[in-house]
Amino acid sequence: MGRIVLEKVSKYFGDVLVIPSIDLEVEDGDFVVFVGPSGCGKSTLLRLIAGLEDTSGGRILIDDVDVVAEPPAKRGLSMVFQSYALYPHMTVRNNIAFGLKMAGMDKASIDKKVNHAAKILDLGSYIDRRPGQLSGGQRQRVAIGRAIVREPKAFLFDEPLSNLDAALRVQMRLEISDLHNELKTTMIYVTHDQVEAMTLADKIVVLNAGNVEQFGSPLDLYNSPRNKFVAGFIGSPKMNFIEGKHAEKYKVPTVGIRPEHLGINTKQSVGAWIAKVGIAEHLGSDTFLYVDAEDIGQLTVRVSGELNVSHGDIVYLTPDETRLHRFDGDGMTITAAK
Amino acid sequence: MARHITTQRKILVTGGAWLAAFIIFFPVLWMFLTSFKSELDAFSQPPSFLFFEWTTENYATVLERSDYFRFALNSVWLSLGSTALGLLVAVPAAWGMAFSPTKHTRGTLLWMLSTKMMPPVGVLIPIYLIFRDWGLLDTRFGLICILFLMNLPIIIWMLYTYFKDIPMDILEAARMDGATLGKEILYVLMPMAIPGIASTVLLNIILSWNEAFWTLNLTTIDAAPLTAFIASYSSPEGLFWAKLSAASTMAIAPIIILGWFSQKQLVRGLTFGAVK
Repeated sequence: MGRIVLEKVSKYFGDVLVIPSIDLEVEDGDFVVFVGPSGCGKSTLLRLIAGLEDTSGGRILIDDVDVVAEPPAKRGLSMVFQSYALYPHMTVRNNIAFGLKMAGMDKASIDKKVNHAAKILDLGSYIDRRPGQLSGGQRQRVAIGRAIVREPKAFLFDEPLSNLDAALRVQMRLEISDLHNELKTTMIYVTHDQVEAMTLADKIVVLNAGNVEQFGSPLDLYNSPRNKFVAGFIGSPKMNFIEGKHAEKYKVPTVGIRPEHLGINTKQSVGAWIAKVGIAEHLGSDTFLYVDAEDIGQLTVRVSGELNVSHGDIVYLTPDETRLHRFDGDGMTITAAK
Repeated sequence: MARHITTQRKILVTGGAWLAAFIIFFPVLWMFLTSFKSELDAFSQPPSFLFFEWTTENYATVLERSDYFRFALNSVWLSLGSTALGLLVAVPAAWGMAFSPTKHTRGTLLWMLSTKMMPPVGVLIPIYLIFRDWGLLDTRFGLICILFLMNLPIIIWMLYTYFKDIPMDILEAARMDGATLGKEILYVLMPMAIPGIASTVLLNIILSWNEAFWTLNLTTIDAAPLTAFIASYSSPEGLFWAKLSAASTMAIAPIIILGWFSQKQLVRGLTFGAVK
């Protein structure tokens, strides 16, 4: 089991309020990703759940037991750190076994568990080396191994992939996803990378300034962001926000349209926005255009496949009206009147 | 572009370094040489550097006149005792200041250092009286306590500096792994800080070994260490340079040998590869 419930959790650092009050329910077996810009409190929130920081108020329930007063080890959680945080003076085997030794488990059971974890994570060939002799990806695997053997109620990941290079990051992302499918244990994963969030999560918590902006499935957040912040944060490239004359047409202060929902035409068409291409990025599978639109300003356009335009060309843009997001003066989404 | 260094410059710098080292080392060398001279040669003008009649009679006389090993044993007791006691107090103190600092940590550290700025003679009388009243005069225990207290600020400072370089993440990982505070310090922090702890221990042993002010003032016979042994050869009746040098050479030999053999351990880095 691994159901984690936060009730009105708050956190002060000195006089600074970093988390005003958060309510959240993570169901058993869910893969939940905390995502947000740096300084939004996502790591702090994870550390509060882990018990590495004390809460300033509220309750944290793990399987319906309030753990606020419990030390980290008693909470039955495992954590994987951004820096891996392996014990440099111990071999891989001892790194993984350390938690079990601390729990007073007998040697035979420890060996069995360590060997099992080593097999799952393919650590066999370097089990007797020290962390200093391993590559970044191998170290991260060891850190995950150390987390697995304790058979925790939930795994906590604190930006585990951000020290890896891009190719390895994609590979480890898949491995973590596999691991979740295999173990079916609750996982809470902190990242600032919204691609990681979208690909890994069953549910995403978007945090901003210590507040939950939205909690939902990745596609929920993509299709129906609750406000401008979530709309701008989820999706890559970022959603375009349009104010002024062209927004007034929709009788709202701001409208948002994702780069992939802008139709593009090189011939003049009625009602279209006229724009001049600044930069065209040809990726092969996609083409990203950064254009300067008349009366609007900078817009990003994503076109599937190849498109033969270059710097200085004039293009005509038509937003997909069904995918248009309308925001009120406070930046909240206005749901279409039915 | 790599910095270009000419050969002449290299020779000049190397020569300068050797010269500086020689100047620093010279008094020790001179003491060593003098210990093998006769009392007459020791005073001769101009002094003879190497071409004198080498003799070991000073060592024989010194060993005959006083019990070197009893003094040496006291020195070992005092330096090891005060160091062990120091570590016992300083490791938890430095842990606290390095890993859960408060806004007063900085001030506490500076205050501790400031106690080292006071000349020890300023508190000689009160400490002497305390020692007398508590029956601590000329006892190993009393001296171990005073040396421990004198060096404690330095031990805490050094350990604090080493501990601060240890990534907090690793200690937190140990906490998540279920290590109690004691086990976290014993199994994770201490092994990672071994180079730092080793150099702190060595420095403290050297400081205690060479400490003369308190050992001379608070001991007579029973607890007197090698510093008192040396001092006994500079008597008002006249200085015996050669014997004094022989006594000094014998007094510092153990500590020089210890320093020589432990220097490799002191420079080894253990935290390599822990993070990133």
